[in-house]
Amino acid sequence: MKTFAMVHPEKGAIVYRDRKRFLWISALFFPLVALSGIGLYSLNGREWAFVVPLVLFYGGTALFDWLLGEDTSNPPEELVSQLEDDKFYRWLPMLTVPMHFVVLILIAGFAGTHDVSWAAMLALALTAGLYSGLGVNTAHELGHKKTELERRLARIVSAVPAYGHFCVEHNRGHHRHVATPADPASSRMGENIYKFACREIPGAFRRGWIAEQERLARQGKSAWHYENEILQSYALTAVLQISLVAVFGWLMVPFLAVHNVFAWWQLTSANYIEHYGLLRKRNANGTYEHCQPYHSWNANHVASNVVLFHLERHSDHHAHPTRRYQTLRSFPDLPSLPNGYMGMYFVALFPPLWYRVMDQRLLSLPHINGDLSLVNVDPARRAALEARYSRSLPRTVAV
Amino acid sequence: MPIHICPDCGYAYDEALGDRREGYAPGTRFEQLPDDFVCPDCAVRAKSDFLRQDQ
Repeated sequence: MKTFAMVHPEKGAIVYRDRKRFLWISALFFPLVALSGIGLYSLNGREWAFVVPLVLFYGGTALFDWLLGEDTSNPPEELVSQLEDDKFYRWLPMLTVPMHFVVLILIAGFAGTHDVSWAAMLALALTAGLYSGLGVNTAHELGHKKTELERRLARIVSAVPAYGHFCVEHNRGHHRHVATPADPASSRMGENIYKFACREIPGAFRRGWIAEQERLARQGKSAWHYENEILQSYALTAVLQISLVAVFGWLMVPFLAVHNVFAWWQLTSANYIEHYGLLRKRNANGTYEHCQPYHSWNANHVASNVVLFHLERHSDHHAHPTRRYQTLRSFPDLPSLPNGYMGMYFVALFPPLWYRVMDQRLLSLPHINGDLSLVNVDPARRAALEARYSRSLPRTVAV
Repeated sequence: MPIHICPDCGYAYDEALGDRREGYAPGTRFEQLPDDFVCPDCAVRAKSDFLRQDQ
């Protein structure tokens, strides 16, 4: 295993071995999970095989999170530049980009050429959407970086699930306004995931389009100029998805619709759980305080963090968005999710269960201490939540 | 002309070069950037957070 080392003038020898170094390679094998249903069906001819990738992804990752537990280790700050410059880490996310095109084409091709039930077709479309959702995660990792190659690949992979506005919206909108009521991609206490999705999906598109329109306007160009990075990505989507319809027929229209929406749902799920109820304070001049690590829910679970390129070390990511996945840190006393993302995605599907798991956890955070005025609350639920929680959590009274 | 550095990610706004991608022409002074300017790379530091470096 590669050792990162240096001799520090004051601290002496500093040595670090990344225990996850080779686990990251598993990203190259996730296409096999996505295609495992088709493989099993080819062997046994049973349609239940198409559900296997969905079960493996959600259930398997949540199970491994439970079995493997958490990893709270961090690389020494002095060695971060060595880790960031290591080509091994840099190339892995980039290598996954073409896989997202291949997997969608293979699953769509299978769906378009085999006579299977509508339920099997739905499972195939959901599986394709699940893997394309991981593509949005790859776009997230690459889109935050400063090299033109990585940014371009981020826009390319965003095209697979027809989410070409993601990079512009996420970097310019979400990161700027995160954990404020103005952010459609930060969920509010008392807001269920379905209501959140109806606010997040259109709100994010609108904000991304406006940001790109403004950037082009400063250059004296129309929003419809070919340099519009959102339109570039959507043009690639059109080529890919219209080609699939042309080759495999009209069946591809509902197939791709389900694929796209389920890929978006992965992002919506992540956004929902990442900042639930957390709120930045306003400064005296009306601006918001800088995003701090406690403005994101963090998770250190090994399995899902490996699947998602450390996305779950979200507290450090939002505090320092351009840090690469291999150097994201865990901090003590962060808002912490009780399971990794896949387990929490599942919990979020059931709003009463979600509130039961998360609301007390949110109100008990040290910087909130039961004070709902320090929480990003759904305005429609504020009165009910105040009535419910004003008596249950004693607040520290300043004297 | 001075350079203005993002204290979080190190993005550098060089007044002599401007930032073509962001639509700021060479010679655009930092003070002339919009009040709601945020770091184009990390978006988590505002105009008032930037650190000036005279060359």
